[in-house]
Amino acid sequence: MFKTLCIAALSALTLSAGAASAAGAGGEIHDVDFSFEGPFGKFDQNQLQRGLKVYTEVCSACHGLRYVPLRTLADEGGPHFSADQVRAYAQNFEVFDPELDDFRTAKSSDHFPGSSLDNAPDLSLMAKARAGFHGPAGTGINQLFKGMGGPEYITAILTGYTGKTKEEAGVTLYENSAFPGGWIAMAPPLEDGMVDFDDEHDNSLHHMSEDTAAFLMWTAEPKMMARKQAGMAGVILLVLLSALLYLTNKRIWAPIKGKSKA
Amino acid sequence: MAGIPHDHYEPKTRGEKWLHSRLPIVGLLYDTLMIPTPKNLNWMWIWGIVLTFCLALQIVTGIVLVMHYTPHVDLAFASIEHIMRNVNGGHFIRYLHMNGASLFFFAVYLHIFRGLYYGSYKAPREITWIVGMLIYLLMMGTAFMGYVLPWGQMSFWGATVITGLFGAIPFIGEPIQTWLLGGPAVDNATLNRFFSLHYLLPFVIAALVAVHIWAFHTTGNNNPTGVEVRRASKAEAEKDTVPFWPYFVIKDLFALAVILVVFFAIVGFMPNYLGHPDNYIEANALVTPAHIVPEWYFLPFYAILRAFTGDVWVVMFASWITGGIIDAKFFGVLAMFGAIAVMALAPWLDTSSVRSGKYRPMFKWWFALLAIDFVVLMWAGAMPAEPPYSTISLIGATYWFAYFLVILPLLGVIEKPKAQPETIEADFNAHYPKAADTPAE
Repeated sequence: MFKTLCIAALSALTLSAGAASAAGAGGEIHDVDFSFEGPFGKFDQNQLQRGLKVYTEVCSACHGLRYVPLRTLADEGGPHFSADQVRAYAQNFEVFDPELDDFRTAKSSDHFPGSSLDNAPDLSLMAKARAGFHGPAGTGINQLFKGMGGPEYITAILTGYTGKTKEEAGVTLYENSAFPGGWIAMAPPLEDGMVDFDDEHDNSLHHMSEDTAAFLMWTAEPKMMARKQAGMAGVILLVLLSALLYLTNKRIWAPIKGKSKA
Repeated sequence: MAGIPHDHYEPKTRGEKWLHSRLPIVGLLYDTLMIPTPKNLNWMWIWGIVLTFCLALQIVTGIVLVMHYTPHVDLAFASIEHIMRNVNGGHFIRYLHMNGASLFFFAVYLHIFRGLYYGSYKAPREITWIVGMLIYLLMMGTAFMGYVLPWGQMSFWGATVITGLFGAIPFIGEPIQTWLLGGPAVDNATLNRFFSLHYLLPFVIAALVAVHIWAFHTTGNNNPTGVEVRRASKAEAEKDTVPFWPYFVIKDLFALAVILVVFFAIVGFMPNYLGHPDNYIEANALVTPAHIVPEWYFLPFYAILRAFTGDVWVVMFASWITGGIIDAKFFGVLAMFGAIAVMALAPWLDTSSVRSGKYRPMFKWWFALLAIDFVVLMWAGAMPAEPPYSTISLIGATYWFAYFLVILPLLGVIEKPKAQPETIEADFNAHYPKAADTPAE
């Protein structure tokens, strides 16, 4: 009786645990099969580089990545540029130097600049600060299988413009099927073929949006691949330890339980 | 120490005798580890070790995190990102600490419900129970303050809502709230004192854990039958018990390893599943999140807090009889703390002479309902405070109080318990028939 109850309570607990994240009437967000999902998922280095290009040419006009050090663009498990490429790339940006009390060209030891537009949120953590999936009914089951849906949310926002606009208090709002409430202040940032990729990869709106989302997942969670590796090592070692302890336990209890020693 | 008769440590060599006559620390460790433990303990008796591990894990990871964290409203959020990006292994240590809190509460709830089902709170273990409840309260305080430290949106607004509860106390509420916050609103002073206390309280918990263990090592463990260990002689006691080491240490470590497999999978593969995305947005006093939701382990009590709105008749009655001193908000606060208080009073509310729920045919069902009630409240606490969720919360909260204040006292009188085994040995041998034929050693 107690056993059944425990199992029922345990499963119910696990299921309702994700309920904490259930919030807001989100819009239409579809699951995307990103390469970095699941315990074995890895960032696609080329995709991150493409995403960076979209970020540099489009997003960075208004948004920033203030928590992301430029040097990490060279990190393994990220876009993995060479140190020279990062140095060259850093020169795209001007950063404020308190010592000079003036702006100067960025170096790879600097962070990306913050947002240049006041109401454009910083994108460093956007892929973790939004959840695309909820429920159903606050149970958290969707997140368990699809993930939290941050990158999916970003993809859905970028591809979710319907083309309709409206004016509210002198501000133009754009209808977006993914944005909570349905109307967003950001004008459609991307369109088909807007950014050309060096590897001539498909630059349709849909693909560019996914690349951007993948890149922002990396900026939000740059150590993801190291984390999954450490997690996997932990799981494997603990499974081994469990097996050994199981056998030890069985053996030391055998005489107490009147069983022959295994 | 009174308790179950067993062999004590005897210093043998000259060195051991020298130390033992000055500081009997080896003897203390020996007696603690070799404590006679009922041999019929089932898998619900493993949570103590899991909890001890959690406390150690949180303290160790926490101490490392503090080396890199900056408790200042302008720097805290960035210092967490520094840990996540620049500190070697920092991301993993932080995720261990974050999810360690969840494992801690998961284990403590199963530990508490184990105690509630098997009557572990009943005489003579009331002190163990009360100390346990104190530990649980301190855990809640520590976890709440820890959640504020990253200075994300949920940190800030959670702190605002929860400290606001103290503001609901009539007359003295507002000065108390200001005193707690160190100012009129949640700000740098609040963050600093929460940081200080978040570092202090785990050590208070560790001390109380020692008292908790001391208490139940004095009375002896409860066990699934609720029948006491025979203690007239050492020989008799040994028929009911085995020493904690190695039998239960190995068993508990096995269980811990299995649980940690799941824990490491969560930390490695979905470390943010139990968190709230809003906490990756830096705190902003000007933007209120759409839904302020506490961490999952607070949800049942959060649901009870919100259940008692102004249109509930008990609230209206309380307000009328006190001339408006107790309003809906204050009633909710009283209910939330009351929900834990009634649980702490279980040893005196339960009138049944039978300890274990195994032999209480009616109690079993009411207890099952309480477990379901807890999960339903947890779910309702995460939902918006509107119908039908508010009604569900109210029903859930009512049952919670009814269980402790009405059902437990009544059941002891009207219930006809089933026959209990004579001894722990008899129960054990019923499970393992061969054990009776081949007595151990």
